[in-house]
Amino acid sequence: MSDVVEKTLSALPSLLSLDSQAGAGKLSPSSKLGNLIKGITELTSKHEEEKLIKKELESIKEQVASPNTTMRQMKEIMVRAIYCEMLGYQASFSYIHAIKLAQQGSVLEKRVGYLAVSLFLNETDEFLLLLVNTVLKDLQSTNLIEVCMALTVVSQMFPKDMIPAILPVVEEKLTHPKEIIRRKAVLALYKFYLIAPNQVQHIHSKFRKALCDKDPGVMTASLHIYLQLIKENPESYKDLTGSMVTILRQVVGGKLPLDFNYHSVPAPWLQIQLLRILAYLGKEDQGTSEMMYDVLEESLRRAEMNHNITYAILFECVKTIYTVHPKSQLLEKAAECIGNFVLSPKINLKYLGLKALTYVVQQDANLALPHQMTIIECLDHSDVIIKRETLELLFRITNAQNVTVIVEKMLEFLRLTCDDYSTIDLVGKVAELAEKYAPDNVWFIQTMNSVFSLGGDVMQPDIPNNFLRLLAEGVDNVEDRQLRLFAVDSYVSLLQGVTAKLPQRFLQVISWVLGEYSYLREEESDPGSVMRLLARLLDQRHTSTETRSWVLGAMTKLCSSPVSVALARDVCERYSGSLNTVLRQKAQELMILSQDTKLRARVLPAEGRLESLEVDSSLSFLDGYVSEALAAGAAPYKSPHQRQEDLVQEKALSLEPYGLSLPVSLSSCSITDRLTDRRSPTLLSMSSGLSGNSTELSHQEGSTTLKLEGVKRVWGKDGYLAQQQSAGETPTPLVELPNPLLSPQSPPSQTQKPSSGLEPDQEKRQLASSLFVGLGSHNSVCLMGRAETAPRHFRRKPRGESSSGASEGSSNSSHSSRSAAVDNLLLSNLLDSTTVASEGGAATTTTPQQTSQRTLDHTTSNGNPHVEGTEQRVEAGGPLSLIRGNGMVAVVPPTHTQTDPQTQQDLHPAPALERPRDLPLASHLPAELSGLARSEFTPLCSDQDSSLALSACRVYKEDALVLLVFISNNNDSALHQMVLQLTCKELEISCISGSPLKEVKGHSVSVCLHTVVMKRASVQVELAGLLSYQRPLGQPQAAQFSLSLSLKHFLRPLTVSTGDYGKMWLSFSHDLKQNLRLVTTEHQEPLTATLDALKGKLHLHVVDIIGSEGIVACRLLQGPGQWIWSVVAGCGQWRLVVVSGGWL
Amino acid sequence: MIKAILIFNNHGKPRLSKFYEHYSEDTEQQIIRETFHLVSKRDENVCNFLEGGMLIGGSENKLIYRHYATLYFVFCVDSSESELGILGLIQVFVETLDKCFENVCELDLIFHVDKVHNILAEMVMGGMVLETNMNEIITQVDAQNKMEKSEAGIAGAPARAVSAVKNMNLPEMPRNINIGDISIKVPNLPSFK
Repeated sequence: MSDVVEKTLSALPSLLSLDSQAGAGKLSPSSKLGNLIKGITELTSKHEEEKLIKKELESIKEQVASPNTTMRQMKEIMVRAIYCEMLGYQASFSYIHAIKLAQQGSVLEKRVGYLAVSLFLNETDEFLLLLVNTVLKDLQSTNLIEVCMALTVVSQMFPKDMIPAILPVVEEKLTHPKEIIRRKAVLALYKFYLIAPNQVQHIHSKFRKALCDKDPGVMTASLHIYLQLIKENPESYKDLTGSMVTILRQVVGGKLPLDFNYHSVPAPWLQIQLLRILAYLGKEDQGTSEMMYDVLEESLRRAEMNHNITYAILFECVKTIYTVHPKSQLLEKAAECIGNFVLSPKINLKYLGLKALTYVVQQDANLALPHQMTIIECLDHSDVIIKRETLELLFRITNAQNVTVIVEKMLEFLRLTCDDYSTIDLVGKVAELAEKYAPDNVWFIQTMNSVFSLGGDVMQPDIPNNFLRLLAEGVDNVEDRQLRLFAVDSYVSLLQGVTAKLPQRFLQVISWVLGEYSYLREEESDPGSVMRLLARLLDQRHTSTETRSWVLGAMTKLCSSPVSVALARDVCERYSGSLNTVLRQKAQELMILSQDTKLRARVLPAEGRLESLEVDSSLSFLDGYVSEALAAGAAPYKSPHQRQEDLVQEKALSLEPYGLSLPVSLSSCSITDRLTDRRSPTLLSMSSGLSGNSTELSHQEGSTTLKLEGVKRVWGKDGYLAQQQSAGETPTPLVELPNPLLSPQSPPSQTQKPSSGLEPDQEKRQLASSLFVGLGSHNSVCLMGRAETAPRHFRRKPRGESSSGASEGSSNSSHSSRSAAVDNLLLSNLLDSTTVASEGGAATTTTPQQTSQRTLDHTTSNGNPHVEGTEQRVEAGGPLSLIRGNGMVAVVPPTHTQTDPQTQQDLHPAPALERPRDLPLASHLPAELSGLARSEFTPLCSDQDSSLALSACRVYKEDALVLLVFISNNNDSALHQMVLQLTCKELEISCISGSPLKEVKGHSVSVCLHTVVMKRASVQVELAGLLSYQRPLGQPQAAQFSLSLSLKHFLRPLTVSTGDYGKMWLSFSHDLKQNLRLVTTEHQEPLTATLDALKGKLHLHVVDIIGSEGIVACRLLQGPGQWIWSVVAGCGQWRLVVVSGGWL
Repeated sequence: MIKAILIFNNHGKPRLSKFYEHYSEDTEQQIIRETFHLVSKRDENVCNFLEGGMLIGGSENKLIYRHYATLYFVFCVDSSESELGILGLIQVFVETLDKCFENVCELDLIFHVDKVHNILAEMVMGGMVLETNMNEIITQVDAQNKMEKSEAGIAGAPARAVSAVKNMNLPEMPRNINIGDISIKVPNLPSFK
């Protein structure tokens, strides 16, 4: 205590003097810093420190603001500010002064200014713009020190957009006479490459010059660049292998000046760098690898002195040898080297040895064998890091035989560790091993239980997700049932114990499994027991809200017996008044579903939940709604990310050079436009500010995809484990080592081999034999086939369905919550007799046609992630029960009503007189076309006695117009020698039915398929057809017919964003103007109505509505033309402007 | 690449912090605290490498540290750096400090933060190792220090004027030389040199 008093007393004068100084402001600055530091070091509590620093900052603020402060004083002030910032106190007011100091100070002051700037600011700071000029000036200075400072600051942080401003000057420095400048310039350029690779594309040749620089320092610096470049794209730098090998050989051979030696090792860091580059170059490339064998061997041989830095080189060398194409002689030496590392008494080397082993056992697990005793010792090492590295190594050599021992070791470590990082890491590994190699159900469930209870709430969310998926996925055979039943049993017994210590995640898993699979044990116990356990869990204080909602979800699935219903009612009463809306909702669902058994059975069928689940991740059932809203003038959706970006854009200064920016070119366009009376809709859209400029919109597309990826990342497992799995399983072809130590015949003798003179005790030996089992004689087979030897049941099943990963990933994890979503839907639509065919896998009753329709929709929507792009589906789609079922208005095009073929038949029962009465032509539609939008059946011609009738039908495929000609033979006799000719000079017609039909049997229908392409655009074309045929007992006959096709049949919507539309508008040359009347209806605005009509009649894509202008786009099938239309409304008339990229 | 260089004392007081990647100020402070927490609880006879700083990039990065008397020198690096190489670099750094400050101690680092930063800047630039040769580093630092001394000598003159003189473009000076009446025109011919 007296100590503290003493310290405070001694601090007092300094505090006082500081106070007086703040007022005086003229005392020597160095003493000020001294006082500050003295004050701080003598303080005893954080609170006092805070007070003192606050005071100090106040005084600094006062001083920097004073006009009397000289640059010299400013320099001292900055040092103090740096000190305060380092302690974590903001001195943001001094940033601008730091920049000022860098701008105006003398060299020394400038240096402090630059230092302060580089410590205070980061590359996103707008203050940096103020620095650009200073940097530019200093780069061009004749004073070397200034140039150096500028280069340093540039490589520390420089705004990306400003790189072009200084790039030429920095580039120039590559030829500077002083090597230090060249070297720093190289590194600065490397930094530029890292932040903006395409901006330095043109100076790659200069990098080569730097590589050949006469000064080794510059060459070393350039290796940073090459390491990066070669890492990214080794193929294009293979020609450098020779040079790199030469350089390394010279360095190793001691050709460099002695200055470069470090502890008499020639340029060790340079060697390390070169070895890494060689590893990248020689990877999986025998030819290149062969060039470097000699020099690698020499490096190994030379690096024999006993210093840390030589070990660094050795380690790198070993890694390179194991990365490049293998050469047995080298591998042998490298393995020996690893042995030295592992056996070294120096702990750092041991660590690196284990790391190296971990790296090499992925290629050859045998390499671990000679070191087993060391590895066992390391398992009990006092250093946690060594232990963890050992476990990592064991993880790599795990197989079906040693999995139990290794997992046990890992769990042991997990129980002792308390740091989050190792927990997360190891828990993931244990889960992976358990899934891959579990010997039996009991072990698997027990291991996973430990994983969940040890991993707690910090583990990766995909572990429970995968576990649940694994449980749910299995085919319903005995084995799966056993697994599930065992899980249920073990959870029930867990819940009967003390649950307070179980992590929330685990409780969630438990409640899901119990909810899902309790019925498996139902027969042998009283039905309410599980329910009671869950209810108990619900009431416990430590149970989180999220877990509670899982529990409620499980209860909803379980409330079948009367006991449970009573319990459920009890629970509902308590939670339906909960403040948490989710809980309240869940309680409501439970209440309703527990009372209505029928509904419950429909929503939550006991069996096969997972199989029928289908999630419409693109939310396509909302498309109708979205397009409606858009048509009604709503702003297009912006993702939060993009909204953020827009905000930033609004705030930020425009950094683009004026000459290049878009608005100028557009405004110049607008002048010409006005002259030619052709107004650009893009311009309008920009000025109206409704939907922003083109970049924004293109961002929008990007961000949509981004968002999807984001979802995938959250749920997807692929990234993390799949990668590891592949790394672990890739059997790299490796030559067998001729090393007698490793010869596969004698694993037992190796086990007995004492590792370091010590006699290993029996226990350890036993452990070793259990750990390294399966790595012995038959190990190579085992390695290759270890995936196969693992029990099939536990391996992650490949997910066949390629619908988006997001939905896949979430299907399990949030099964209960998703079925809750279904519940919501059902609850809200309880009286709605329409089956909710959307996501309720449970309630799906889609017809085959609908399903095919939907998959078709899927492909379309995947192609165009843009929300608007899906509009065409609404138009072209047939029975979109998705949309209708949800009570949204589907836009049905007025001309061709598409319902599914059956209803079509009902709606139009033989409208044509000549048409054979009850021949359902629709049923003759080829299967691949049946789901597509098509026209009605048009009768073409028929015989006098109507023994032969021809009809036509157009199918609007996405990429083609298919014309079908139906030949119905109503006679008993067959038709022979049939030839169908279609001719039209404006059209190109090709037959796509396999072989031209020759004959049609009696009372049957044949179909000829033709794709039709317009050679020249014309509004209406007449197609002439001739069918020649022969009856068995008659003359050759011919039937002539004609068919008119309109341009609109060849139009397809062109899905473009407003921005792209704007670009097309400017680039397209042909235009056509016409005044037309607006369609008026009662309910809609004329413009919207017109656009709707256009959309319906002509298959146009409505891009946007901007003010009184509507823009639509379409493309012509297989023609070069893309047409964009703009409709300007005004007093009952509208002006149509058609611009075409091709012809009109 | 080196992500950050931290020096703190046995009590966790930061003595130098240099980040080569952008973190928010709060994160920086948290990183310092977390790193200290991780490093300080390690024994003397364990390895100098650490994985598991959650804040500074998780498994991608590692901490390489050395403990000298009262100070911890910690380098946070990514997987592209050689562990032992960085360990050697720390040694070079400390030796250089020792030479520059003549028996370096914690107080030197406190009172000459700017100098330490300048030394560091000659070794590591933008996260890349620039120079590993102690003598070379000292030469560079000395060159700057010399300037400091010369500048202190003409401290009386306003700093702006001094720097103006320093920056003056020398080739321009002879152009207006007048000797008596004869004005010698100095053409810009290279041969005239």
